[in-house]
Amino acid sequence: MSAPGGASGPTVRPDVEAEITRWRAYLDARGAVAPADADELEDHLRGQVEDLMASGLSDEEAFLVAVKRLGSQDEVAREFARQHSKRLWRQLVLDGGPRTPGRWGAVPGMLGFAVAAALATRAPSLVLDAGDDAARYVLLSVTLVLGVVAGFLAWRRASRAAGIAAAVATVAGAALTLAYPFDATDDTVVLALLHLPIALWLVVGFAYAGGRWRSRAARLDFIRFTGEWVIYVALIAAGGGVLVGVTLAVFRGLGIDAEPIVSAWVVPFGAGGATVVAAWLVEAKQEVLESIAPVLTRVFAPLATLALAAMLVAAVATGGFQESREVLIAVDVLLVVVLGLVLYSISALEPTSPAGWTDRLQLALVVAALALDAFALAAIAGRIGDAGSTPNRIAALGLNLVLLVNLAATAWLYGVRLARRGTLEPLLRWQTAYVPVYGAWALVVAVALPPLFAFA
Amino acid sequence: MKVGKDLMAASAAPLVLAILTEGESYGYAIVRRVRELSDGEIEWTDGLLYPLLHRLEDGGHVRSRWGASDTGRKRRYYEITDAGRGELAEHRRQWAAVVAALRTAWGDAAEAASVATMRPGVAL
Repeated sequence: MSAPGGASGPTVRPDVEAEITRWRAYLDARGAVAPADADELEDHLRGQVEDLMASGLSDEEAFLVAVKRLGSQDEVAREFARQHSKRLWRQLVLDGGPRTPGRWGAVPGMLGFAVAAALATRAPSLVLDAGDDAARYVLLSVTLVLGVVAGFLAWRRASRAAGIAAAVATVAGAALTLAYPFDATDDTVVLALLHLPIALWLVVGFAYAGGRWRSRAARLDFIRFTGEWVIYVALIAAGGGVLVGVTLAVFRGLGIDAEPIVSAWVVPFGAGGATVVAAWLVEAKQEVLESIAPVLTRVFAPLATLALAAMLVAAVATGGFQESREVLIAVDVLLVVVLGLVLYSISALEPTSPAGWTDRLQLALVVAALALDAFALAAIAGRIGDAGSTPNRIAALGLNLVLLVNLAATAWLYGVRLARRGTLEPLLRWQTAYVPVYGAWALVVAVALPPLFAFA
Repeated sequence: MKVGKDLMAASAAPLVLAILTEGESYGYAIVRRVRELSDGEIEWTDGLLYPLLHRLEDGGHVRSRWGASDTGRKRRYYEITDAGRGELAEHRRQWAAVVAALRTAWGDAAEAASVATMRPGVAL
């Protein structure tokens, strides 16, 4: 600062001050050192300069000695990078990673599981008819594929407990699918189709954590894994879709109709294999998405906040929702998206990072979503009594409650964090503790609701 | 004589924790205190103190807050936590064991050496 009150510490000349500014700019440009850390280093540098000047050195000499003592920026930045950016991931990789690649080759093993997942998509045709029993067919495919993904992660982690869990969950899911007398047009089979995969995904999480599912760090990593896996699957699907489209067009030009083969074999195999390949890519090519995912969150959080604000204005202007049937489902999906943005945002931040504009934005996003949910619930509240309870309504309301509780607490914790300038710890603790709730609710809907409503 | 790199790395965390038991402090003051305590024998690369402090903070051994220096500069102050005191006690136990072992080993070695140099004298 160039306005010293003369309190303590001698002042440096403008050209040395400019040197310090340049040094700071150079440090900032590296990226590995966060601005707050750079502030701290600058304070250190200035403190050292003042001390050296007090002991008789000129300001220029003092600056040179102080910079030398602080260490090369390379070295310091590298230490900071090691300490920060890859914290929890690296711990997990260092704990369980190094020996896995050696287990009869990581890539051939991965390809083996990918082929198994591809075959799993077609395996239901052994017992079910894809045409008449479409919903059950898909349910069984998804169950088997997720079982293979969980098995793949258990193999990567060399965890017997995870392997057993994957096998048990797959068998149980498949048995349930086959034992329940679902009809293709039932609501309950659609609900099972939407919820059983969520329960199974938590089994994938158990395998991902190598059985250490109680560990908060492992749960947080699983949340990151989930987000990055979704991004990889979406990228592979986009590329695969283009390739399939071009292939079909070329074959059509040749007078061959490839569509039946492509839709019956190529697409299911591709989709099944992609699940394992994506799971492998998330870990093997960690650096690629590690930096993209937080950027995506930062791009979409403001957009989502704007969209929600627009919806709120519209809800206020029109006096609330009219049609109640689809509204709740749409709002549920919206809450899931908001929760996803919150999860991604907090999992990308340092636990000790100070509260900032991202937190304010997230708080605004969550509060807007809660307000919109209040409108939706108000529209439905009157009709629940007279229309009676259907499986769809119970599933939608239950999901709404699960999300509502989470987001209300999230909003509260964001508020506390902003008011007290606290750490991210309470939010991380809450979100990681809440993960099993999703699985429990999904299990209730998939397993208990169908028999309760006589497979309606 | 300067303390070697490995030894410096191993002793950094207990030193920082011990200095923080003297009261809340900040990076530059900690480095200065280390120089004082070791009579300049321990020369840290100052910048590397901060990643260490953050590691200690992530581990819950220290707490930090932002304040201002006398001249009004932004400054981060660190304070030891109860967990940090426990960690420090554990460090002390381990270092005591190492120092005791070294002392015994060197004591014996010195004796052995003196015996070895004396024997030829006796034989002659």
